[in-house]
Order: sequence, then structure tokens, then C-alpha cells
Amino acid sequence: MSDLEKNNEHEEEHFEYDGGAAVVPTDKIEDPGLEPHRPRMTDKDPKAAARAEKQVAAMFVISIIGAIVAVWGYVAFPIVGDDLSNTRNNALWVGVGMALSLLGLGFGAIHWAKTLMPDNEIVEQRHQSRSEPETRAAAVDILNMADSESGISRRKLIRRTMFGALAFLPIPAIVLFGDLGPAGVGDKMRVTMWDRGVRLTRDPSGVPIKASEVTVGSTFHVIPDGLNDLYHKLDEKAKAAVLLVRVNPSALNEAEDRKDWSYDGIVAYSKICTHVGCPVALYEQLTHHLLCPCHQSTFDLANHCEVIFGPAARPLPQLPITVDEEGYLIAQSDFLEPVGPTYWER
Amino acid sequence: MSDKKSIRRKPWATSLVILLGLILSGGGYAAATTTVQNETSAEMIEEGRKLFLANCATCHGTNSEGTDAGPSLIGVGAASVDFQVGTGRMPGQASGVQLRKKPVQFTEEQIQAMAVYVASLAPGPAIPDEQYLDNTGDANHGSMLFRINCAMCHNAVGAGGALTEGKFAPALEGVTEKHIYEAMVTGPQNMPVFSDANLTPEDKEDIITYLKYVEENNSVGGFELGSIGPVAEGLFIWIFGFGFIIAITVWLTSRAN
Repeated sequence: MSDLEKNNEHEEEHFEYDGGAAVVPTDKIEDPGLEPHRPRMTDKDPKAAARAEKQVAAMFVISIIGAIVAVWGYVAFPIVGDDLSNTRNNALWVGVGMALSLLGLGFGAIHWAKTLMPDNEIVEQRHQSRSEPETRAAAVDILNMADSESGISRRKLIRRTMFGALAFLPIPAIVLFGDLGPAGVGDKMRVTMWDRGVRLTRDPSGVPIKASEVTVGSTFHVIPDGLNDLYHKLDEKAKAAVLLVRVNPSALNEAEDRKDWSYDGIVAYSKICTHVGCPVALYEQLTHHLLCPCHQSTFDLANHCEVIFGPAARPLPQLPITVDEEGYLIAQSDFLEPVGPTYWER
Repeated sequence: MSDKKSIRRKPWATSLVILLGLILSGGGYAAATTTVQNETSAEMIEEGRKLFLANCATCHGTNSEGTDAGPSLIGVGAASVDFQVGTGRMPGQASGVQLRKKPVQFTEEQIQAMAVYVASLAPGPAIPDEQYLDNTGDANHGSMLFRINCAMCHNAVGAGGALTEGKFAPALEGVTEKHIYEAMVTGPQNMPVFSDANLTPEDKEDIITYLKYVEENNSVGGFELGSIGPVAEGLFIWIFGFGFIIAITVWLTSRAN
């Protein structure tokens, strides 16, 4: 009887399953025990062992070659100049080399362990997770001692003020982090750069757009005049981006109170999807559908961009536009509702 | 005298005479026809009108006024005809949400004749000038314009993309410079129009230069997998990446034989 088997027997003597609240089956299947040991080819045949040894060595050699390939790739394809194919080759060979180097080492080690290292089966029994009674009693003693020495049960004043202090501790964090959300940013979520008289200009050049330049079927990607002069222009662009489209005026079904928001078939809508804020700009000229590329929300431009498909909950906000005396398109006001995804204050 | 006679009787003499005759008559014919083409537009318009009546009028109406089956062609311009017929989209094969590219049905001369005829009905976008089609624009500026105006439908490198209800923005690889320009200026099917007031001819040249630059240069990031982004890349990594990991796991936990 080996030491291992003795050990197993010893464990089994006082090992009992604690079923806890579970139903313990009385007719449980007998433990079938270990399968009979099956010797490997490398145990039986010295030639197979020699072959396995060579295989492991070959994998380690591949690992060495991989490391060399990685260095060669790095040196042979320096990322210099305008030739983008250098970047591609550099990344490719450094990556392939390092992958070979790691995989060769790993595969070699595992193959070595599986074929040549001892393969006798070992059993390790599980222990109960509950501690011994002495350990548990000692833990209770420590807690009791802490209670009596600190007097936390007796000294009510200290206990209550301590809990109070703990309750107040996170309040600064809550107040500070609260300012990150829309509740703390004032009217930033409601207000964009658009205002009465702001010219509609081309993205990215900032050249103003004349109404006569917008032919039927045209789309212009629009930013407000002056955006390019701002330091934080992306912050403003993210809210103020607008898609300008001219359709045949007879194709528009305009609500009575929004009839003067368009100019001779030219309509301007926020490009920020009301679902999660992707830029909605896939405009189909014949169907007047606007598609959001992220989640396929589809808006019907002819009907005030109402949602006809997809997860968006609200129509895209319309920018009321008109022309100034020089014929340039201008905004009548800011958007009359907040652009972009819904947040809890609306 | 006897020398001349002998030359005429040489076996290659006949071939030489036939060759000369062919060059003269063929060259003369070519010269004559070229003159005719350059000379008259009225004849070409008439030729175009005949082709139009035979091939297009069923849907577009005998006076190009449009019917329920096809839109009016008054004012669409020569560029529109050259794009639609020149890419094989017209004449349409079957009605559907979108007409597709197919082998071109007419010769270059026939297309030009129809373009001239349609252009004669009302002014419209003309076939672009060669100077904007030689890829000498600013690819960097073109890339920016492409990302703002085109990439949402056509993909950042022009690989194409899906629209609603089965429609799609086609891939731009392999499309000729002229056809890209004409598509921008005419807005075929569901594509919006990008007139010269919106994107100047130089802007269009920059965009075309960018597209051709992308076509001719390798992707920096390795395999492109169609350049269509997360779908192809996700599919690849889920099948091959995870397949590889599962295979290693199976091998790792199996017993050595």
C-alpha cells in the first residue's frame, strides 16, 4: 500500500457530506473509482519516447526562430517615410514572430508534460469548508474581546457618532460626481450654438450656404457659422451638427404650426440620433428616409422626421430656418427641444 | 521593263496591293466618320432620339416626360445618361428597390448619342471635364470631404454599405473616375445630389483622388476582410479565434496516447 493510498483511506474515515438544505438522495450512484491506468506509447516504446523528445525540442526551436523573426521584422521594416506598407509588414512580422515564440514555448512545455513526465493518477479528497469547532470558538472569543475592550456596545454616544460619520463620508463624492451628469451641467444639454440669425455653413469649410445653391435632392452637412473659431469646437459640433436637404415642396407633409420652419422645400434637421446619438446622415433621395447607421433607426424626413423603424423614441429635432437679405440660409432660433438621446429631465 | 514586269509577278505583289488598298479605304473611312462626328450634333441628337425611342421610351415616355414606370429625363443632363447607361444600370432589367450594375448594353458612341439627345431637352449636368478625372487632387482633403459627405453610406474606404429595405450604397472600388464624378453631380437613384455649389469640381477631384489612393494602397492593418468593419471582423474572430482556443483546450485536457 503506497503512502498515497494510505492517505486516501485516512481521509475517507471521517469524511461526511453535509447536504445543507439540499435533498440528499439515498440511492446515489456508487463512486465508480478510478479508471485502470493506461500506459502511454512513450512509456511502452523507447522509440516513441525519443520521438516525443525530438518533437518537444522542435517546438522550442520554433520558439527561438519566432523570437529571431520578430527582431528581423522590426529591423527589416522600419516605420519611416510615407510608405504605409512598412507599417503593415512591421506589425505583421513582429506579431507573427512573437506569437510563434510564445506558442512554441507553451506547446513544447505541454507536450513535454503530457508525453514524457510521470502520468500516474493522483486523488486528492475535498475537505469540508466548515472550520473545526475549536477554530470557530476562538474566532468568537476574539470578537467578544474586541467588544469588551473597545466598549462599542456600552458607549452609545461613540457608536452613533461613528455610524453618522461613516454615513456622511461619501456625500462629497456624490455631490462632486453629480456634476458630471446632465442634472449638474446647467442648460448645456438644451442649448446649442444655433440662434436667431446664425448662418448655416458647410462642414468643414465654414462657407455660408445660399438657398439658391441647394438644388432639389441635395444634401449639405452643416455647421453653425463661427464654429471653426471656437477652441472647444468638437463639443459644440457634437450638438449643433445639422443635415440640410432640399426636397420638392409638394413632397413635404408639414404640420400647420411648423410650416414656416422650412424654406421653399429646404429643411434642416439635427444629425444627432435621438436613440444614442450617432450621426444620422444616410439620406435616401427617393424615399426621403434618413437611416441611422448604428441601430437602423429610420426617420421619415417628409413627415418631420418621425420614427418609422428602429429603437429611436423621438423624431429628430428640426431647426427652423429662413434666409437673410443676402440670400444666405440662417437659423430662426435654436432647436426648440434638446438634441440627441433622451435623458431623464425630458 | 522586264524588271517592272517581274516585280508585278512576284508572289507578294498581290498581298502588297491588297494591303495598300485596305489602308487607304479604312483610313479614309475612319477620317470621314470622325469628321462627321465632330461636325454635327443635330445628327447625333437624331441618332440618340432613335435609340431613346427604341430602348427607353417605354418607361420614360416618348417625350422623356416620365411615366409611372420611370422618371422624367427632362433636365437630368448628359452626365446622368452617361452614368446610368455607362454602368449598365440602364436600361433597367427588372423593377425593384434598386437597379444594379450589369454589363453595358450599348457602345460608347450610342451612349454619347443618347446623352446628347437627353441633354438637348433641357440643361443639366454635363459629362465632366477630363481635367478633374486625372487623380491629381489632394487625397488628404478628399478624404475629409469623403468622411463628411459620403462615408456614412459608402463606408470610410468606399466598401459600400446597407440602406433600408434592401437598398444599398454600392462599393466604389473599380468604378471609373468619370462615373464617380457623374454619380456625385447627378445623384442616381437614392443617392443625394452633390452639385458644384456644394462640392466644387476641385473638391470632387480630391474625393476621386482619395478613392483611387485607397484602391492602390495596401491597408495598414493587415487583412481587410472586405473593409466592412465589425461584422466581418467579429465573424472571423468568433470562428477562427475561438475555434483555435477551443482546439487548444481540447488538446490540453486530453490524455497523451
